[in-house]
Order: sequence, then structure tokens, then C-alpha cells
Amino acid sequence: MITQRLFTGGSNRRVLVTALVLAAVAVLVPVLHLALPPSSPFHVPAYMVALVGKYLTYALLALALDLVWGYCGILSLGHGAFFALGGYAMGMYLMRQIGDRGVYGNPILPDFMVFLNWKELPWFWYGFDQFWFAAIMIVLAPGALAFVFGWFAFRSRVTGVYLSIITQALTYALLLAFFRNDMGFGGNNGLTDFKDILGFNVQAPETRAGLFAASALALALALLITSAITRSKYGMLMVAVRDAESRTRFIGWRPENIKVFAFTISAVMAGIAGALYVPQVGIINPGEFAPANSIEVVVWTAVGGRGTLVGPIIGALLVNGGKSWFTGILPEYWLFALGGLFIAVTLFLPKGIIGTWDSWRASRRDAAERARTKAEEDAAPPPVDPATGRPVRVEETPRAPSPGLSGGPAPQPAE
Amino acid sequence: MSKSGTILYLDGVSVSFDGFRAINNLSLVLDRGEMRAIIGPNGAGKTTMMDIITGKTRPDAGEVYFDGTIDLTKHDEADIAMMGIGRKFQKPTVFESHTVEDNLVLALAGPRSIFPALFHRRSKAESEHIDEILATIRLEARRNDLAANLSHGQKQWLEIGMLLAQDPKLLLVDEPVAGMTDAETEETARLLKDIAKTHSVVVVEHDMHFVRELGVKVTCLHEGAVLSEGTLDHVSADDRVIEVYLGR
Repeated sequence: MITQRLFTGGSNRRVLVTALVLAAVAVLVPVLHLALPPSSPFHVPAYMVALVGKYLTYALLALALDLVWGYCGILSLGHGAFFALGGYAMGMYLMRQIGDRGVYGNPILPDFMVFLNWKELPWFWYGFDQFWFAAIMIVLAPGALAFVFGWFAFRSRVTGVYLSIITQALTYALLLAFFRNDMGFGGNNGLTDFKDILGFNVQAPETRAGLFAASALALALALLITSAITRSKYGMLMVAVRDAESRTRFIGWRPENIKVFAFTISAVMAGIAGALYVPQVGIINPGEFAPANSIEVVVWTAVGGRGTLVGPIIGALLVNGGKSWFTGILPEYWLFALGGLFIAVTLFLPKGIIGTWDSWRASRRDAAERARTKAEEDAAPPPVDPATGRPVRVEETPRAPSPGLSGGPAPQPAE
Repeated sequence: MSKSGTILYLDGVSVSFDGFRAINNLSLVLDRGEMRAIIGPNGAGKTTMMDIITGKTRPDAGEVYFDGTIDLTKHDEADIAMMGIGRKFQKPTVFESHTVEDNLVLALAGPRSIFPALFHRRSKAESEHIDEILATIRLEARRNDLAANLSHGQKQWLEIGMLLAQDPKLLLVDEPVAGMTDAETEETARLLKDIAKTHSVVVVEHDMHFVRELGVKVTCLHEGAVLSEGTLDHVSADDRVIEVYLGR
């Protein structure tokens, strides 16, 4: 149908426009922050740069979740774990960069190890003084965990609610593990007090602007990549697995492989988001593994519209913006507002903001098309039956129901 | 019995679920190129038999061979599908958020791993093959429609088309005309007879008119075993079959 074609075109355009906007923001915000004096009305204050930079990494996390949840039907309630792992890998690099500027002045051991009376650097901290090594670990740690976890879970055909629960258990287990001091990741306090990143002072406005730009560009790039993935034949398979897993299996595909791949890619994206998050907020602690964090990511994605790529980005920015504003005026009620928001979205906007917008546009377009065809029919002389010479009544062709016309995949239950 | 020359060979197959014997010492042989209709009352084990052949269920005992040499009990669903057994489910199952054409693209024979799928570009040969299948299942006009918008009968045809796209040697078709209009039923019989010219086919069906229309050898299952086998007239004249269908 024509509307479907238009829709696909529209969704590609939306991805491109969003990526371009992000690229423009990546340039514009740092310039407005650094080049203009604070007195100028166009000056972007430092706290805004830090805040929005943080939200952009959240948006990247929501985008990662959308790939597995929106397209592959895997409702992960543990994506915060991959985010935190990427964050810890970055945090370990930043810790090693402190060198002898720590409170205890030990050139090798981070402060918390000196405090715990450790004599040597644990083996898993080796290499983190090099950025390239940390960069590999940012990708490898969440990716490997997701691969191994997914390999076992999907091979055993764990799906739906059960899978959601074990992802939640995964992040909870990591939370407990990272709280322990003997794990060697700073225990309760986590990693903080960072000084330099790549030789630049983490606190300097230029570095902050650079991290902001990196977050925006990473998000734009991730958006283009996920868009390419979802439009490929593999992307169609992800949706096929989401909608009819057994059918996919009986035409010879292995749904477990399709899921493991999506889950791993998504975890890597989440890890990169975490790595960009940590230098901007200046701390990583086990609290990032809290199950509630992962559930919040699901809320952002649902609010924006799952299975739309751009939706989760908008959802993450809006909900977090709302959170900052709301906690400023009524701090005690934020959790109620978040819960209420999720209920309201589920009830009134089941497809999220972007999904609802698309349905509305599609139904308007269909109405316009119907009106136009009708006008043309009225204008043209009625067809004449050659046998009788009388006008023939033309049956209106039945139209498909609008949910199908809206083009986008209809929201599916979590299983 | 010799396995050579058979496309499907089941001998002494049994399976039970929680003490209930769904399939009980079942033996069934299908020659290459043969079309066979399987009938039987509810709970006769028809769908379970298909589950065993396609690797969804492992039999407790017995031999299941495909193409004379392949032991199907040693393979899983995806493997078996790739070896050339296509299965249509009782409830039409297609990818509803994809277009008719894309449904066929996903089913087309070819590599089944991730990276080729990521960088897949459709070749001319593939497009032609899809056109052929669309013509066979008479859905050319709806190629760009979402599968969700098809009628029940059209979904059944699309699913059969997806089986064809897999290029299987043997098709297992479970209740293809359930819920179809008479015209659609007739059309489906024509379609299956067409397919049977080049494939081996097993059709499970309740609808006796439809089975008569197919005009092939019939096997009647009851309580997980073969009750009677032969032409439809022979089978429907069998006292035991009448007893099973009309109650004792």
C-alpha cells in the first residue's frame, strides 16, 4: 500500500534528521558554551552541558534497549548492568590516570586499595593505564557478558517474563558483587575523584564540551547503525522472531543466534553509553547496577515509543528533563510521577509518543486519500453498464483496518 | 521394509507425555513424490507425528528416516528445515508486521547465518523466484501489503508459499483448509495438487470433501497408530474407521 511505502520513507528521513540534529548539537553547544561570555543570552551554562551530556548517554542506553526490546521482543530488565560495566571500565582507566595525585600519593594503587591495605594491583587492573586497553574493555566486558548470558538463556529457549526476570537477577547479582570491597572495584564508594582523561583535566570546560560532543556524536552514529541493522534482512528476521519465533525456526533460522547477536550488539552500545556517562558525572558506583535503574530505561523507551529508534531517544531526553525539573520543585513526589507516567503511557499512548504520532499521521493521510478518491469519483461521470445503459453502482473497495496502515510494527506483548 | 526410495520412513515410533501415549508403535512410509492425506479424530496423534518429523518432539522409541538415509531424531528444527522438510502449522503463522513479499524473502532457501543476512542484497534470481511463488499462491496483487492485512485463507496460502520458498523435498501441511470458504478450499486443493507434482506432501485434514478432492492415498490414525490405509473409499468403508468416527 502506498501509505506503507511513504511510512518507510518517513521513518528513514526521521532517523537522518535526528542524526543531523545531534551532529549540529555536538558542534553548536560546545561553541555556545566556550566562545560566548556568560553574560550573552546565547551562552550555554556549564551545568546544562553536563546535564544534557548525561541525558545523551541515557538516550544511547534507551536506543540500545530499543534494539532488543522493540525489534527482537526481548524485554531486558538488566540493561543497566551493561551500562555500568562500560562505566566501570572507563572508571578504572580514569583511576589509573590519577597516579600519585591521590590522597595517599601512591603512584600505582588507587586510594581505596591503599586504604584497604592492599600491596599490589590486582591482575584485572593491569592495562587500564592505557586508554586503548580500556576502550577495548568498554566494548568487550558488556559484550562478552551479554554473549555468554544470551547464549545460555536463548539456547534454553527462555523467553518472555522468565527472561526478563533473569536479566533483572543478573543486574542484581552484579550489584551485590560490586558492593563487596574484596571485588577490587572500590566497593560501596565505587570509583571517583577523577583527574584526567586522555591528558585533559576532566573538570575543565573544554573537556566537558568535548565529552558532550562525543556523546552526541556517539548517539548519532549508533542511531545510523541501528537504523541500518533494522532495515537489513537481519533486521526483518529480528521482527520475525519477535512476532512468530516458531515460524522462524521452522523455515530454518536459529532464533537463538538472531537473539544473541542483537543482545550482544545492544550490550556493547549500552557499555559505550556507560563509558561516556562516567567522566561526565565524575563517579561510578554499584548503585548503577540497581534494578530500578534498568526499569527506568524501559520506561524511557516505552514513553518514546518502542520499535521506532528515534522514540526512545526522545523518551529518555523528555523523562530525564522532566525528572530534573520535577525534582527541583517537588522532590518527594518524583517516583509517584514516574509511576503515574508509565501507567498513563501504557493506558493512553501504548505505542509511545512516536508510535502514536505515526498512527495519527497515517490515519490522517488515509482520510485525505479517501476524500480525494471520493472527490475524483464524484467528478467523473458514473460508469455506464453497456448492456442496459444505466449507471452502475461502484462498490467501494474495502479498506484494511487502520492499525495495519499505520505501518510500524504494532506493539506486541512482551513475550 | 526397505528405506531406499522413501522420502519419509517411520517405524515403530512411540512417544508418551506424562504417561499418555500420544503415538503408539506408529509406522508410516511415504514414497518419493507421493502425496498422502492423514485423517483421524481429535487426539489421534496427527500433530504429534508432525512434531516428531520436524524435530520438535523426540520419540521415546522407533526409527524416523528422511530421504532414506537421514535419521531425523538426531537433528533439531532448524536443521531439519534446512534438509528439506517444510511445515505449515494448524493456525496460520506468518510474519504479520512484514509485507507478503518480505515474508517470502525470509523463507527463501539460502544461507541461514547472521552476517550474510546483515549484508544481504536481493539478487535477480531471488526476485524471479519470488515472482513465481507469488503467482503460484495467487497473491501477486498483495505483494506489498502487510501480512497482517490478509484474509485467513490468504494467510494459509502465504504460509504454503513460504514453504515453497524454502525449496523443500517434503511438505507437511496441517489442516490447510480449516476456516476457509468453499471457494478457498477448492483453490487450496488445486494449489496442493500443483505442488504435489514436484514435491512429496503430507496433508493432515478433517474435511472429507477436501480429502476427496485431493484424490490421494489416505491414512487414518487413531490413538497414535495407523488404523486403516488405502483409498478414501476403502478407508471410509472400513468398519473400524466408522466405529472411531461415529463412536462406539
